[in-house]
Amino acid sequence: MSDITANTTLHSSSAARRAPVSLVGPMAWMKTNLFANWWSTAITLALGYLFIRTGVGFIDWAFVNAIWTVPVSPAGIANTEACREAKGVGACWAVIHEKHRFILFGTYPYDEHWRPLVVCFLFIGLYIVSAMRRFWRWELALIWAAVLTVIGVLMWGGVLGMTYVPQERWGGLPITLILATFGLAFAFPVAILVALGRRSNLPAIKALCVLYVELIRGVPLISLLFMASVMFPLFLPEGMNIDKLLRAQVAIILFAGAYLAEVVRAGLQALPKGQYEAADALGLSYWKKTGFIILPQALRLVIPPLVNTFIGFFKDTSLVLIIGIFDLLTAGKTAIIEPAWQGFGVEVYITLGLIYFLFCYAMSKYSAGLETELNKDRRR
Amino acid sequence: MSGVTDPRLERKAPPRPLRISWADQRFRNIIYQVLVVGAVLAVLYWLWSNTRYNLEVRRIATGWDFLWREAGLPIGESLIEYDPSMTYFRALQVGVLNTLKVAIIGIVLATILGTLLGVARLSKNWMLNKFAAAYVEIVRDLPLLLQLLFWYALLQGLPGPRQAFNPIEGVFLSNRGLKVPFFIWESAHSWALLAFVAGIAATYFYRRSARAKQYQDGQIRAIWPAALAFIVGAPLAVWAAMGAPFTPDIPALRGFNFRGGIDVSPEFFALLLGLTLYTAGFIAEIVRAGIQAVNQGQWEAAEALGLPRGRVMNLIVLPQAMRVIIPPMTSQFLNITKNSSLAVAIGYQDIVSIANTTLNQTGQAIEGIAIIMLVYLTISLSISLFMNWYNKRIALVER
Amino acid sequence: MSAAETLASSVRADAPPAISLKGVNKWFGALHVLRDVNLDVALGERVVVCGPSGSGKSTLIRCINRLEEHQEGQIIVDGIELSNDLRSLDAIRREVGMVFQSFNLFPHLTILENCTLAPIWVRKMPKKEADELAMEYLTRVRIPEQASKYPGQLSGGQQQRVAIARALCMKPKIMLFDEPTSALDPEMIKEVLDTMVMLAETGMTMICVTHEMGFARTVADRVIFMDRGEIVESGEPQSLFSNPQTERLQTFLSQILRGH
Repeated sequence: MSDITANTTLHSSSAARRAPVSLVGPMAWMKTNLFANWWSTAITLALGYLFIRTGVGFIDWAFVNAIWTVPVSPAGIANTEACREAKGVGACWAVIHEKHRFILFGTYPYDEHWRPLVVCFLFIGLYIVSAMRRFWRWELALIWAAVLTVIGVLMWGGVLGMTYVPQERWGGLPITLILATFGLAFAFPVAILVALGRRSNLPAIKALCVLYVELIRGVPLISLLFMASVMFPLFLPEGMNIDKLLRAQVAIILFAGAYLAEVVRAGLQALPKGQYEAADALGLSYWKKTGFIILPQALRLVIPPLVNTFIGFFKDTSLVLIIGIFDLLTAGKTAIIEPAWQGFGVEVYITLGLIYFLFCYAMSKYSAGLETELNKDRRR
Repeated sequence: MSGVTDPRLERKAPPRPLRISWADQRFRNIIYQVLVVGAVLAVLYWLWSNTRYNLEVRRIATGWDFLWREAGLPIGESLIEYDPSMTYFRALQVGVLNTLKVAIIGIVLATILGTLLGVARLSKNWMLNKFAAAYVEIVRDLPLLLQLLFWYALLQGLPGPRQAFNPIEGVFLSNRGLKVPFFIWESAHSWALLAFVAGIAATYFYRRSARAKQYQDGQIRAIWPAALAFIVGAPLAVWAAMGAPFTPDIPALRGFNFRGGIDVSPEFFALLLGLTLYTAGFIAEIVRAGIQAVNQGQWEAAEALGLPRGRVMNLIVLPQAMRVIIPPMTSQFLNITKNSSLAVAIGYQDIVSIANTTLNQTGQAIEGIAIIMLVYLTISLSISLFMNWYNKRIALVER
Repeated sequence: MSAAETLASSVRADAPPAISLKGVNKWFGALHVLRDVNLDVALGERVVVCGPSGSGKSTLIRCINRLEEHQEGQIIVDGIELSNDLRSLDAIRREVGMVFQSFNLFPHLTILENCTLAPIWVRKMPKKEADELAMEYLTRVRIPEQASKYPGQLSGGQQQRVAIARALCMKPKIMLFDEPTSALDPEMIKEVLDTMVMLAETGMTMICVTHEMGFARTVADRVIFMDRGEIVESGEPQSLFSNPQTERLQTFLSQILRGH
């Protein structure tokens, strides 16, 4: 062909130009994100005004006009007049100052408070270790068993020179952590069995599992806790008695088991059919197939929703307040029953909220991070 | 396939005989099931016999006779006529209605707030987006019970009726609850309400016939003028035709308390506030996920076809988003209903609270718990049945 | 492939250009994705755009029906300049059909409903007429028997052919193809390409982003090679492929040919 060059236009490579100023830089960012049009501008201004108003109001109340301590008489009765005068204007953080040990540890003997404190740190350590992917092995179950035993020893005492503390005197944050953690530890195996049962092709077993899951999920947790507190004693033979905390714990395990079972079942369903068939083709028995091939993959898939479910239980343990078990929320509520401190619920609930929030926020961030990480792995 | 088929092709597989042998999988399965069911039944029987024995020892009579005894239990707010001289059965009815009342109002409010927040979460306005994100994070990471107690404590900390907050004329917020103005309800209002409901139905049918006509001649007909006429115009006309009665009923301070207007008790108010704010956080995430689940490509394809944005939303995005949104949304509605049982902690008399009092007064523990569970199971099961039907109806057809 | 197998050109150089881009620039944030793009496409012309990934070719054709907004320069489609005016946007989108890499069929509508949606709601066509029109185009892409199925029940190649039929139902003057075969298995690529060749035979103005060099040789009046947001070379397929002028095109062609 002769007219190649005529037909082929060539462009000299022009250097990349910077975008016009109107497209980049902080001004452009504000233009697109805050003042894109009149509607967006109105929202920005209204919200900005609201934030500044409430922010200033809150700082005034919580810090500037707040009362941090009040005089306490030698008999241990606080003089809260200053707080009462500042009511509505300034927060009374003195109630936290005076009552924080009670809120955190309940009626646990004052001199032994280091023990529940260590227990709390052990729990947190346990969560952190469990959160790390390199510890996701079967040995993790052993670590859990060991730490939970140490926790039991610390709380009860009676050995190694520690005085014995009966369970009725436990309270506060350790109870919340115990209910949530033991609940998960025992509900998990139940959940796996129920989820497998619901997927099995044995009709009677499937029916039993469906019945259990649907019954529990159909009623509020409170009704199970009521059942635990008023009906369990009737269920047991005469002379056999289990204490209130354990009964509530059983109710929470039954409750958690049903919800976790549905999460695990979702993981089992998400696993490709080929995995089941490959395991069958290798001649593995049902339990070997489940233990070596199916569960390790299915559980990995559902870790983020499992963490979210756990956040739910962590929050739901506060319901034991209604049957009078001394968890963190109950301890907080009890702290303000004393006449001197009546009416300072808002301060106490804000403080309790901070504690719950720290735990739940950490877990939810972890779960979100894990989800993106696992998704990345899967895509690769 | 048609025509003559070979009869050999229609033969069914021969039934496999059951071998009574441990080597037969089917035989094994039967044994496993018998063992598991037997064990469960044995445990249940053990619990039941223990219970029967314990009841006998404690001289607790079982049965439902107590329902017809005089309750003698005072109830603060009730949708039906009630006084303590009525039966337990009546008291429990009041409880169920109170549960439904807070649940239904909560569902409506939480859906509205949650949808707004979910849309705000997708807003291009940074401030609005971050505000919604922070709201969702905070509300979901705090126990609902704590939030209820907080709101209740806040309401109780308000000044008494004499120093009540009075933000707008006729609205009073005090430690006795919320008072809002209303008007005296007359039959004209009931008829107008009826016309409103009929208007919604009429709009639905108008829309169907407009669509059918459009399919005939291709002309697109606007629905909103008819909708406005049916839903707003008709009730107003009915009300005006009946003499347009309107007697305002504005609350005012008389002595130590308020008279007139609508009374919202602090317990109900705190419960409703807590449930709504909490559940809205979850609904916001569902709405956001639902809208995001509709692929950007769907928007682009529809716009490339020349559909205007409003129609893209109506015809393409919403029908797809709703499939993703509705199932988790129903479970949130169910959660509101179940969570309304936390009422017992702040003294709002729902079914759990009243059944619990009944149980304490009569000692009928088993019956009391059974009533609570029955009420919730009925609600849950009816909603899940409906959901299963609905999901089947809208499921996307895939290969 | 010999010249005898290529399609006769249907370019109408006498008419004003169907699409005209003058000095078009576009940025994503600070990233300069289109640099001084000048391009005229005549009525009935078939243009294939190729280039390495990230070279801005998809962005270019997405600017033509304003799925993306350009920031500098002028784009005129069918005599209408693209601007923020929504009426001009509606007018252009009626005249320009688009086929996407990922099909983007509406999963909640049947194949027939996918095709009739825009005629009914944009062209205000009675349903019966729209149904007949859709069946005509579905027959032309050879899948009339799937009309009452849902997209999820079809293979990728079938879905892409439906997407082409859906765009054709609006009777567009110009068709844009954004890598229509990249998401398909090899055996399905042919059925989609055949459909596109058939469309080209009708004299449709087409801009097609694709790596299918065979298709470019058979169908294209002109091939445009883009790299780093600019048009580096353009010309007749035969000459461009056999005698690349720039190193960038040489590298690209050697990679493409090695890959196939």
